Amino acid sequence: MPAANVSPAAPADPVLALSGIHKQFPGVKALSDVTLRLFPGEVHTLMGQNGAGKSTLIKVLTGVYTPDSGAILLGGAPIAPRSTQEAQSLGISTVYQEVNLCPNLSVAENIFIGRYPRRFGMIAWGAMRQQARALLAQLQVDIDVTAQLGTYPLAIQQMVAIARALNTSARVLILDEPTSSLDEAEVQLLFGVLRRLREQGMAILFVTHFLEQTYAISDRITVMRNGEVEGEYPCSELSRVALVNKMVGAAAEAAHAARTEDTQEHTSATAGPVLLRARGLARKGALAPLDLDIHQGELLGLCGLLGSGRTETARLLFGADQRDAGSVEVDGRALALTSPRDAIAAGIGFCSEDRKHEGAILALSVRENLILAMQAKAGLLRPIPLRRQQALATDYVKWLGIKTASIDTPIGSLSGGNQQKVLLARWLALEPKLMILDEPTRGIDVRAKLEIMSFVADLCRKGMAVLFISSELPEVLHWSERMLVLRDRKAGGEYARGELDDASVLDVIAGRGEQHAA
Amino acid sequence: MPLDLAAPIEHAERRDPWAWLRHPLFRPVAALAILLLVDLALIPGFFHLEVKDGHLYGSLVDILNRAAPLMLAALGMTLVIATRGIDISVGAVVALSGTVAAVLIGGTMVIENGVPTYVSRIPMGYALAASIGAALLCGAWNGVLVAGLKLQPIVATLILMVAGRGLAQLFTDGQIVTVYYKPFFYLGSGYLFGLPFALYVVAFVAGLTALLVKKTALGLFIQAVGINPTAARLAGVRTATLVFSVYVFCSACAGVAGLMICSNIKSADANNAGLLLELDAILAVTLGGTQLVGGTFSLAGSLIGALIIQTLTYTIYSLGVPPEVNMVVKSIVVFLVCLAQSEQVHALFARRAKGSTA
Amino acid sequence: MTRTLTMFRAWPASPYFTSLVTVALLLALLVAGSLAYPAFFARQVFFNLLIDNAFLLVVAVGMGFVILSGGIDLSVGSVLALATMIAAWLLEVAHWPAWAVIVTVLVLGAAFGAAMGAMIHFFKLQAFIVTLAGMFLARGLCYLISIASITIDNPTFVAISRAQLPLPGGFISPGALIALAVLGAGIWLAHCTAFGRAVYAIGGNEQSASMMGLPVARTRVLVYALSGFCAALGGVLFAFYMLSGYGLHAQGTELDAIAAVVIGGTLLAGGYGYIAGALSGVLVLGAIQTLIAFDGTLSSWWTKIVIGALLFVFCVVQRVLAPRGK
Repeated sequence: MPAANVSPAAPADPVLALSGIHKQFPGVKALSDVTLRLFPGEVHTLMGQNGAGKSTLIKVLTGVYTPDSGAILLGGAPIAPRSTQEAQSLGISTVYQEVNLCPNLSVAENIFIGRYPRRFGMIAWGAMRQQARALLAQLQVDIDVTAQLGTYPLAIQQMVAIARALNTSARVLILDEPTSSLDEAEVQLLFGVLRRLREQGMAILFVTHFLEQTYAISDRITVMRNGEVEGEYPCSELSRVALVNKMVGAAAEAAHAARTEDTQEHTSATAGPVLLRARGLARKGALAPLDLDIHQGELLGLCGLLGSGRTETARLLFGADQRDAGSVEVDGRALALTSPRDAIAAGIGFCSEDRKHEGAILALSVRENLILAMQAKAGLLRPIPLRRQQALATDYVKWLGIKTASIDTPIGSLSGGNQQKVLLARWLALEPKLMILDEPTRGIDVRAKLEIMSFVADLCRKGMAVLFISSELPEVLHWSERMLVLRDRKAGGEYARGELDDASVLDVIAGRGEQHAA
Repeated sequence: MPLDLAAPIEHAERRDPWAWLRHPLFRPVAALAILLLVDLALIPGFFHLEVKDGHLYGSLVDILNRAAPLMLAALGMTLVIATRGIDISVGAVVALSGTVAAVLIGGTMVIENGVPTYVSRIPMGYALAASIGAALLCGAWNGVLVAGLKLQPIVATLILMVAGRGLAQLFTDGQIVTVYYKPFFYLGSGYLFGLPFALYVVAFVAGLTALLVKKTALGLFIQAVGINPTAARLAGVRTATLVFSVYVFCSACAGVAGLMICSNIKSADANNAGLLLELDAILAVTLGGTQLVGGTFSLAGSLIGALIIQTLTYTIYSLGVPPEVNMVVKSIVVFLVCLAQSEQVHALFARRAKGSTA
Repeated sequence: MTRTLTMFRAWPASPYFTSLVTVALLLALLVAGSLAYPAFFARQVFFNLLIDNAFLLVVAVGMGFVILSGGIDLSVGSVLALATMIAAWLLEVAHWPAWAVIVTVLVLGAAFGAAMGAMIHFFKLQAFIVTLAGMFLARGLCYLISIASITIDNPTFVAISRAQLPLPGGFISPGALIALAVLGAGIWLAHCTAFGRAVYAIGGNEQSASMMGLPVARTRVLVYALSGFCAALGGVLFAFYMLSGYGLHAQGTELDAIAAVVIGGTLLAGGYGYIAGALSGVLVLGAIQTLIAFDGTLSSWWTKIVIGALLFVFCVVQRVLAPRGK
């Protein structure tokens, strides 16, 4: 790799240039006239909300999708990769969030598999180990390369994935949401590596939704919204507020205005007595001992970086995972929480963040998905009569504004937002005392988001408690009466409405600035 | 509008006059019909029915009688497959239950009032109960392994498949145990109102299962667990209990099937009873339209699938084709059914269709 | 997720662990057997373990590769029987020379396996149902060729069958030597060739393997072809041993092979384990059978039950110690 001392905005030729990329799926325009320039020796961050087109763009770059029109130029020459292997051989290497390596093979093997150093036609294990160590040394990582990859934490596995990319003389390194499962120290480790690679002239495309990380590492930022490139900016010239605005767009302002009115009504409601009391709730490797109080009719927000323990907390409260220590009481009664059934019986409902794999039963109909929890509670021998099911489903469809052809269409054919509404209805049908919502608005368009959250706020006013988890900070800030911040799988501070704003909340989450005693 | 790539591709809806062709039961019924037509054409007197010895007699009756154990096994297997599992120990359970019954009943000759009659070693009712009990234990074992220890179903039931038959062979020391007790034969070869008694047993079990599935929440729960066990558990469904029960039910069905077979051949052969029955049962279930990956299932389809297999065997036998061909034909049918169920093949045809209309 | 836990589990979860347990078990069996029955403590007894189970060892090597790649092959017993039947027929009815027969049978076995592998990969069918159907097909083809057994009296086969290669302490059969050679070849294949490493990779994470540019389709077809080849070779060895081709041969051999592989330390889920484990697994099974025979009071049916119990124990242990991330 040429050791070029390129400053971020230097007018050298881009190593990778996309122009006029269009990609359409039936009924959905995924990418529209996308232009992107990537220069050697820079970290270029791609930002956008869920559904903005980031992952589609990456898939186009790595050969998973072929663009309908437009050009991709690598080093000035047009390319059209038709598979990940082809993209790799052209010099575009990708490291994914899930680290696509084989956990059962050794570190050295993972780096070299498919490209073994050979001697007399056989694999030269010694040379392989040596070269692996050298590659990792370049990244300043010193580990036992003969150990199985699976025994190392995710951050190290990502280093190995990067080392593999380096081994293929990549010219472009794409990192797709690499920090989602890393803790703070590991993120710094990764950034150190990226900075070193940048100095060596590597062109790095970094995809993330974490604001703070973007500002820590990027040279330039491209913002995407609704499949289009909203703009390309040097990092220094774009403030956080401006960035968020560009990502969310004009619709957000209208929504913001609407929310502000809602706020007035909301603040007048007062929370009731304590409904759920958790003390010392912990699980080895997932959550350090946590104390938590949720009051009746309260909308408690839970935020923190991905991996800070939010989902783990929710799952422990719901009994989806077994706790190792601590106690949970609802209405003064201690709960065993050996399974979700205990929580459901106590009046807790849970909308998982992974709608597709933990929520919707795709092949079953809207009606069947909707009444499932209710039926599970009623038991095997007391089937809910079909007419009652139909009435219930029809009511909720109307109430929540669910767009579906009928209540008997399979839920898999509904859009994300409507699926989420059906899942919400599943729990609302049980009239829970506490609803745990884990990322309920992920991957949903702005209008549906607003509808869902307004509905939830309304239910709070009527006495239901809500634990609201989201990685979209403005959302959490806006809707919560009280906010709990998690950092590194333990409590990081508790704040009332109004104590934090968009900027200070980032500081708290990142662990800087003053904090309230937990 | 921000897109959700999890959203499906929308097609223009078209009214479809051929919708009935896509009814899940169409293919199995059609296959059976084709087979029966072949029989009608090639086998003289195939559909001939007459009343002999006070009961209905004919090829059709024969097929139904012989298919009864397979129908039972297929019923049990359907529910297991619907929950994304598999049970290859069914044959071993058949051997075991038949062995227990045969050993306990036996039939020693005594002279009663100057007439030689056979009496059972222990009252038949107890023997039958013990036999079913053994089957239930086997099912519980499988259930604990799959639902409790979370072993892969094929692995878990492989253990019983190996050890279960060994147990049966141990009880009989590999010898065939003949049963002489007449009332026992009624189960497998008796007739009630002209029709084989075995059919009534099958009808009873099938009816009971269908009732449970349709009239309780069982059908919904099984489908939910089969399609997405994680989501089902989070929704409060008792997934572990359900999976456990399903394996117990499957083994119970196998137990009754074992009794039928033992009663029919009037002996227990631990080496050969139920050999390859699990394969036939899986084939029957897949022929009936239930997918191996779990989810929606069809009890009626599995019964028809069992009938198809039995009719096929009978046809081959009647046509004078060597019975060994049976195995070859069965394997080809399995391949074809799998291909038909395979998504890749559907995609292949869909692409072709699209290409031709473009 | 639980990083400390992962590190802690690394030791018992490493492939060495269950394989070493098996070797320890084998030694324990041999020692216990020798203490209980003085006649057991003879080298020939050990050599007989290899002689009697040579065919199973070969089949287990092939099965090991399939299981490592994350699949399963239920047809090996039937393919073995088919191999004996085809060999017997070609020798006795068509009067082909021995070497041509052996080569033909091996090629056919590999082709049968490759066909199944192709179906499994390209149509994304589940391995157990395809190989189950293959099992039916092979057995049926056996009976189509001949219902009754065909005795082999080809001089080459008979000579090999009777050959006793002298060793200090006793003798060994050519079949056993061939089996050991196959084992050696299998170990080499698994650890020194790109194919073998690709098998491990696919068993570890097929999607990753594909994204890393490994030839998944080719590897999978080759793995099943290898299994078919080993089943056919096992059939040849079995034919040497029994000097007959018969449709009832080797019933349940697939289960024995799977048991040997699992007991030898390979995870049924794929990706973890050693081909060498096939040897220890086969020897453990053989030792159990021999011990039961030596005892004389226990009926031989106990073998099946003990194998089932062992399989159970090993599966549970594997499950409890399962590496994270699978």
